[in-house]
Amino acid sequence: MASKEQKAQFDVKTQLENVTEQFKTLQVLNEEGEVVNEAAMPDLTDEQLQELMRRMVYTRILDQRSISLNRQGRLGFYAPTAGQEASQLASQFALEKEDFILPGYRDVPQIIWHGLPLHQAFLFSRGHFQGNQIPEGVNVISPQIIIGAQYIQAAGVALGMKKNGKKTVAITYTGDGGASQGDFYEGINFAGAFKAPAIFIVQNNRFAISTPVEKQSAAKTIAQKAVAAGIPGIQVDGMDPLAVYKAVKDARERAVNGEGPTLIETLTYRYGPHTMAGDDPTRYRTSELDNEWEQKDPLVRFRKFLEKKGIWNEEMETGVIEQAKEDIKEAIKKADETPKQKVTDLMDIMFEDMPNYLKEQYEIYREKESK
Amino acid sequence: MAQMTMIQAITDAMRTEMRRDEKVLVFGEDVGVNGGVFRATEGLQNEFGEERIFDTPLAESGIGGLAIGLGLQGFRPVMELQFFGFVFEVMDSIAGQMARMRYRSGGRYTSPVTIRSPFGGGVHTPEMHADNLEGLMAQSPGLKVVIPSTPYDAKGLLISAIRDNDPVIFLEHMKLYRSFRQEVPEGEYTIPIGKADVKREGSDLSIITYGAMVHESIKAAEELEKEGYSVEVVDLRTITPLDIDTIIASVEKTGRVIVVQEAQRQAGIAAQVVAEINERAILSLEAPVLRVAAADTVFPFSQAESVWLPNHKDIIETAKKVLTF
Repeated sequence: MASKEQKAQFDVKTQLENVTEQFKTLQVLNEEGEVVNEAAMPDLTDEQLQELMRRMVYTRILDQRSISLNRQGRLGFYAPTAGQEASQLASQFALEKEDFILPGYRDVPQIIWHGLPLHQAFLFSRGHFQGNQIPEGVNVISPQIIIGAQYIQAAGVALGMKKNGKKTVAITYTGDGGASQGDFYEGINFAGAFKAPAIFIVQNNRFAISTPVEKQSAAKTIAQKAVAAGIPGIQVDGMDPLAVYKAVKDARERAVNGEGPTLIETLTYRYGPHTMAGDDPTRYRTSELDNEWEQKDPLVRFRKFLEKKGIWNEEMETGVIEQAKEDIKEAIKKADETPKQKVTDLMDIMFEDMPNYLKEQYEIYREKESK
Repeated sequence: MAQMTMIQAITDAMRTEMRRDEKVLVFGEDVGVNGGVFRATEGLQNEFGEERIFDTPLAESGIGGLAIGLGLQGFRPVMELQFFGFVFEVMDSIAGQMARMRYRSGGRYTSPVTIRSPFGGGVHTPEMHADNLEGLMAQSPGLKVVIPSTPYDAKGLLISAIRDNDPVIFLEHMKLYRSFRQEVPEGEYTIPIGKADVKREGSDLSIITYGAMVHESIKAAEELEKEGYSVEVVDLRTITPLDIDTIIASVEKTGRVIVVQEAQRQAGIAAQVVAEINERAILSLEAPVLRVAAADTVFPFSQAESVWLPNHKDIIETAKKVLTF
């Protein structure tokens, strides 16, 4: 009797192992810039490959300059991006202009490459509302601060696209910590239930500020959380721009074909601190781990790959670096020239029609601010 | 014209707007085939189909995020929160996101969302279903909060809320859903958000109130009239933005005021009204402004509700203190 009962029981251990087993990391380029998965090689022209490299180099420079501008007190809130270029830029590179990006606060590079003028990114960092005034025709919303809130909104944007009959996608980003939020589950579950054209990216950079990913969940991968929502989940080498591009491109294809959303976990690393507001990564990361991840650097491996193909050289790289520095200088100048923000400006953008109580307060602040 | 209960007027408002504007979408838990747990969306899915009125997965935060995203794609979302006591699950979407959408995008994006939700006591609900949480909403900059007290007002205000390009919380007192009928015009008409209504004229005392307490206040006024007092009842209808002009006009007329709310006393709408009166009309007052409100406990288990909820007797008692001061 007892043995019969045991036999009938579910083998939960094997079930879990089987799930994890199915989530292998997609890689196209190894650390040496060699193609290890020809079948997954995305269909990109030499010009496109060069453009992706240009963007990655440019963004690394932007990160370095942003950190130094922050230290000089010339920028405000800033979340460093170095290390995550493949994860951020190759995913954006797989989009069309009409696709809508809902970023987290570290995802400023994607929205810049989707059309946000650089000086506005600097205004966002400085805490000026004009940084968030996205120009018409640029399909992004300013970076989300509440972890995970962008996931449920992405489900809504995607459902709206579907209802409007558009062949576009909503793409959103969070981190490994974000995957613990209720809104993460609600977002992927809603999009799955509505078969909405959304792409959910989790940039697993291993630390949510200081808390390691191992402490976030008993799940062995974040990608496998898609199983519970009934949607595809893919884990990619987030230091490999071609793997990231491939995964997002395929997800986009499925989404616009009416096959619903995809969850993509990119395995990546942020070299810098969480933000420039006093975070000290040496308190929670070892230099061995930093070194291990720097060996996987996305720029290094992509450069090797392109150089072997004979379509990248030092001169081109120097050109991009100079261009980036020039653009940053110009953008900072433009940000400096932007008129200072006033309390009355903020009152103007609270409602379509200003209520009477605000009108009264408006007069008080207009008086104060005219002095 | 037809005789309608408040819930029928609410359904009629949604039907009217869904017919007028194809971008209006209605969604929430059980609003489709089931027509909502109070039947507020009865018949709407039959008329407009599942594309425009649909059930969502059971997750309030997700519903809020869905509304924001649909708003970004040009829709006019009308989301139902099944009971307003569940609002804590969706506070970020409401107060953190929708309320700030216009502001944080510098006017580039808006959240033209209407959040409809049943609230209020006196119908013996389980825990977390009846709470008077309007003060919590009124304190969040960027939101408008509307609380109708009659079928006629409910329809006109809900149409205004749906057409508003900023988020509006529309709270429907459960006790008023089917408590009486009233003539409600067919087709569209609007009542402006932010405009109070003098529900009863009087010259000796002003009762400023909203929601179900409008009816308790009218009852109190009628009894006080038998004792020779002429009592005015001002129905705020919108608790943010407050209609200061109508409040002050009434205060200047009567010189004696009480403010009545069903919610707990601490940091409530009544306190806000008292402060506005003190700042703007202190010299018109013949007596201190007093409040009638519920005790500062958690909303009671249903067996204690009848004592906990303010009623016309409590209102008369407080009114007399002010009338005889």
